[in-house]
Amino acid sequence: MSTVIPYTSEIRPDTGVTNVKLGIWLFLASEVMLFGSLFAGYILLRTGNPEFGAGSEALSVPMATLNTVVLITSSVTMVLAWAAAMERNFAKFKLFMGCTVLAGAVFCVVKAFEYSAKFEHHLYPSHSTFMAIYFTFTGLHALHVVAGMLYNAYLWLPGSKMYHTNPQQFANRVEASGLFWHFVDLVWIFLFPVLYLL
Amino acid sequence: MAHTLGEKPNVRPYILVFVALMVLTLITVAVSYLDLPTGQAIALALFIASIKGSLVACYFMHLMDEKRLILWTMLLSALFFLFVLIIPTITAGNTITL
Repeated sequence: MSTVIPYTSEIRPDTGVTNVKLGIWLFLASEVMLFGSLFAGYILLRTGNPEFGAGSEALSVPMATLNTVVLITSSVTMVLAWAAAMERNFAKFKLFMGCTVLAGAVFCVVKAFEYSAKFEHHLYPSHSTFMAIYFTFTGLHALHVVAGMLYNAYLWLPGSKMYHTNPQQFANRVEASGLFWHFVDLVWIFLFPVLYLL
Repeated sequence: MAHTLGEKPNVRPYILVFVALMVLTLITVAVSYLDLPTGQAIALALFIASIKGSLVACYFMHLMDEKRLILWTMLLSALFFLFVLIIPTITAGNTITL
């Protein structure tokens, strides 16, 4: 016998929020610790080695700046997609969610060019401590971008059927997906100066 | 502020935050070309990144008018994060002797 936990779109009186919102925030709290411990490791390794800073000179600041602009743009289109779902404007939702997915794809393409340029110069994670940190950090972040992009693409295309059948649940889904996407943007906001500029 | 289905959320703050994030990104990149001393450069870059991060969390993620439960959850993980950051400092005096 299987137990089915029904989905509720209502705000729970004891928590004051919907289950999906509490769930995604708890997940983000664990993500803070995941990226946070990597940041702590980076600081320890960097302060322990006076010659460490030289590593970032091998990275491409223009490519990373472009990706920062792309990700910030996708964050604003994501919140506008949620606003459109709340406003009940399907055409607007489709437009902004499409832009968000596209921006995520652009980010991945730029990242692929960036990585292949590193490989051409024989810069692999095994090259140095800096390169190991660079690939771990940006690789883990890029995985998050891919995951967020896939779910956004689902909400944009097949999942958007729910817009008509259950508007509140759909808007909650878009909001939860948005919270994850903004978090991925937030991590990049710190990664960009720390890895590329300092 | 609770958002109700069917009502248009005020999108003006999102656009303003977007403009601010773009300007701050330009400033971050511009400052990196000034060749400031390492300590100052790190402090300034992290300061600007913190402003940008707060803007994303407060406005895009609606943390500014979120329920207490969420705020406490995130505050707790922020404290744990600070603890993780401090660990290297408090163990810096320890040396391994073989």
